[in-house]
Amino acid sequence: MIESLLLSLPEIILSSAAMLLMLVAAYAGDRSARLVTWLAVLSFAAAALFVPGIRDAGGSGFDGLFLGDRFAAFSKIVVYASAAISLIAADSWFSREGQYRAEYPVLILLSGVGMGMMVSAGDLLILYVGLELQSLAAYVLASFQRRDNRSAEAGLKYFVLGALASGILLYGISLLYGFTGSTLFTDVANVIGQQTASPGGLSTGLLFGLVFALAGLAFKVSAVPFHMWTPDVYEGAPTPVTAFFASAPKVAAMALLTRLAVSAMGPATFEWRQIVIFMALASTVLGGVAAIGQVNIKRLLAYSSINNIGFALIGLAAATPDGVSSVLFYMAVYVVMTLGSFLVVLRMRDENGQPVESIAALSGLSRTRPLIAAAMAMFMFSLAGIPPLMGFWPKFYVFKAAVAADLTWLAAVGIATSVIGAYYYLKIVKVMYFDEPAPAFERSRDWVEGLLIAAAALFVSPIGFPLINPILTASANAAGALF
Amino acid sequence: MNQAGFPILSLLLAVPMIGGALCLFVSASAARWVALVATLVDLALGAWLWGNYQVGGAQWQFVEQLGILGPFEWALGIDGIALMLILLTLFLMPICIAASWTAIEKRVQEYMACFLLMETLMIGVFCAQDIFLFYLFFEGGLIPMYLIIGIWGGAQRIYASYKFFLYTLLGSVLMLIAILWMVNFAGTASIPTLLVTDFPVDAQTWLWLAFFASFAVKMPMWPVHTWLPDAHVQAPTAGSVILAGVLLKMGGYGFVRFSLPMFPEASAELLWLIMGLSMIAVVYTSLVALVQRDMKKLIAYSSVAHMAFVTIGLFAFNHQGLDGALVVMLSHGLVSGALFLCVGVIYDRLHTREIDRYGGLSTNMPAYATLFMLFTMASVGLPGTSGFVGEFLSLVGAYQISTTVAAVATTGIVLGAAYMLYLYWRVAYGKQVNTDAAAMPDLNLRELAMLGSIGLAVLWMGFYPESFMAPMRKDVGVLIARVERAKPAGDARIRLAAAHPAKPVAGEHE
Repeated sequence: MIESLLLSLPEIILSSAAMLLMLVAAYAGDRSARLVTWLAVLSFAAAALFVPGIRDAGGSGFDGLFLGDRFAAFSKIVVYASAAISLIAADSWFSREGQYRAEYPVLILLSGVGMGMMVSAGDLLILYVGLELQSLAAYVLASFQRRDNRSAEAGLKYFVLGALASGILLYGISLLYGFTGSTLFTDVANVIGQQTASPGGLSTGLLFGLVFALAGLAFKVSAVPFHMWTPDVYEGAPTPVTAFFASAPKVAAMALLTRLAVSAMGPATFEWRQIVIFMALASTVLGGVAAIGQVNIKRLLAYSSINNIGFALIGLAAATPDGVSSVLFYMAVYVVMTLGSFLVVLRMRDENGQPVESIAALSGLSRTRPLIAAAMAMFMFSLAGIPPLMGFWPKFYVFKAAVAADLTWLAAVGIATSVIGAYYYLKIVKVMYFDEPAPAFERSRDWVEGLLIAAAALFVSPIGFPLINPILTASANAAGALF
Repeated sequence: MNQAGFPILSLLLAVPMIGGALCLFVSASAARWVALVATLVDLALGAWLWGNYQVGGAQWQFVEQLGILGPFEWALGIDGIALMLILLTLFLMPICIAASWTAIEKRVQEYMACFLLMETLMIGVFCAQDIFLFYLFFEGGLIPMYLIIGIWGGAQRIYASYKFFLYTLLGSVLMLIAILWMVNFAGTASIPTLLVTDFPVDAQTWLWLAFFASFAVKMPMWPVHTWLPDAHVQAPTAGSVILAGVLLKMGGYGFVRFSLPMFPEASAELLWLIMGLSMIAVVYTSLVALVQRDMKKLIAYSSVAHMAFVTIGLFAFNHQGLDGALVVMLSHGLVSGALFLCVGVIYDRLHTREIDRYGGLSTNMPAYATLFMLFTMASVGLPGTSGFVGEFLSLVGAYQISTTVAAVATTGIVLGAAYMLYLYWRVAYGKQVNTDAAAMPDLNLRELAMLGSIGLAVLWMGFYPESFMAPMRKDVGVLIARVERAKPAGDARIRLAAAHPAKPVAGEHE
């Protein structure tokens, strides 16, 4: 029991911090918002320190319900780091709006607990509980600017569609349980293994369960055709919340999907691979084509995230240790690029201090704010996967895994669709560098945010190359935990 | 360590990189000087490299391996072919900087930084010995070139920059998948090892096509050449020089380095494709060039036609063809670069590229007209200029493999003479109908130095091509030996005595 509790120490730390900070917030009011924010960031750091599976191989607790392995460790570190960074960004942004409330960091903390449980789940019900905890916090966050119609609409839309997806997922889980007699990943995998080995093949009920479970999770990672909510929610939600949505929960959901597909449904790889391939190609194509006409930078980044998830799914389709490792590597680099871009978007305020979101507002940024423009250009080229920027390497490994798994055609089609995506990333660079300057943005004096942007820009530049090997070793170790 | 005793190739890459970074932090006029000094220092290093290159020595020289750097290995090394293309790059760069001295007035620091970054990436392409490192340099060049065309280009620059970027990107991403497959198959990313790996014949076709997609766009071959006229016309003068002078050579270099030695069977099997497209390119683009009214567009189309001579020669599977193709690449790099500079010189004065706006320039600009004449003749392929050597050898090579191809390609020489002389006639001779054109001053010292230095190189290559062919001879021999097994039978009835290199062995020149 003690071992099990030790394994879940990060979740315990985050939950206790959330409850304590909630009390602080309740008594001290919104004046304490900044203090609560930094305490929450500290809690994430503390939780990251106690993540099992970093120094050793970790283990499983609560009779296999909760896994503290290296896979969970890798995902948790990325999730906690990105949650903490989006929290730091939120503080300064909301303070400028004068709408910051002390509940915000608490909600992010609770969401962090949920994400931790998602990536550690060894059981279908734990998976569901974690997912719901994360989602409920996210629904509230989306509508955090209560007086803003768009924000309220985003929250409602997210909630309704999220509830639908949860229902689909739960239905899938119930089918899986009904046809395998267990909710434990390992037991489910065993039964699927027996069935695929038998002459009759996979039973229809199990197949349905598998499809529904994948569909429910596809909603969470916003893979096409379950992506519809993403642009609206990303546009409507306050920008720091969007930054959060695009980073930490994406990593957690992707890790969850990967673990479920590989650990629980591993023997049925042939069956789910077709679904994953379809989602991957549909996401890369639609994420590329639909982004072209966008005029709002947040909407554009929403499609960019759909596009990127598509590429990560190609790694999952390989269903090999290399493939899983490439998915994790992809998500880690993706998070840096996305957070970097959103940090730049957070800086977009006109001279009156009002936030602006149109792409046209970026016009001529290279002359009014050359450093920010250079950083943004690097994020864009990197997201487009142009070497020698960092964003090339995750794509590289994903395609490498696909080629090694005899899915060369998938790699070829996938990489060809990446050219569509390159077009709209180029468009941002074009607006910033080729167009005549628009009115300059307000000068920001927030050095923490500036420092974060600089760090992200350095990471995506060739200077970040020495980090590839350590991250890759970690992700390969993490992937090893699933096989 | 290599024969230099220090990592000379890394130094060659580092100098422009450091210069470029420096440019961003100084004033506009200082940035020009920094860029010029950096490129000249690099050129001096290049001259040293040429002097110390052992002709007939080891195949890969100045090799350096600084260990695994993440997903790829920092492995550099050059053979004679790479050496010559590196020298071409190094030679053209200071000229490009000089050409932009007064023409570029806005955002000079960024412009110089882009150019120097470009130089690093181009040299990197030619000396990378790890195939992923090669890809990194190959693709990385897109970013600075995109910015150069988009920021400092002409009126239609945005369209041209997109077209350039997306065309070349689509071509090269397919190559990446092929590279991944090859590395997966061979278990190594080292180019020298891959060069001697025999890939299964049925896979070769697909791999060849994937590489072809990339190199044909870069080259560019008909019908994927359409990005080139747009990019050339809209790019600033120096951008056009680099595009025509070096970037197009990456396509030819790719064929010679990868497609031929790695997939000999596929190369022979798909010979019809290369030869067919080249024949169309020679005739079609020459005819298109004939009716152009924009000088830069005319030269751009002539580039496509000249590049077809390269592909014809490369896939002739014999010594003359390959030698010829390589010399055409070098010669075209010099000549088309010089022609774009010639256009730039008068564009700077009158701000139009319309041919009809000029006329009779030989009266008021005699020095200009003389040099322009030299480069026109070199482009036509007059004996005594670099253009003749390469085109002649390519055609001799091609004749052995297919008389039809040789016959059709030869019409390109006639057509080439037609459009170039027609251009020269309209610009330099005739009545001076436009008063503003008649009032233009002749070349100043800077322009004279730029064009004069290229002129000397063109004549050198025309009169004594041996200096340039000697370092490449052994590598061409290795390549021939490698593709010998797939060599298609030709239809020409010539005795093989002519097919042996008539020159004495390379040892004589060491």
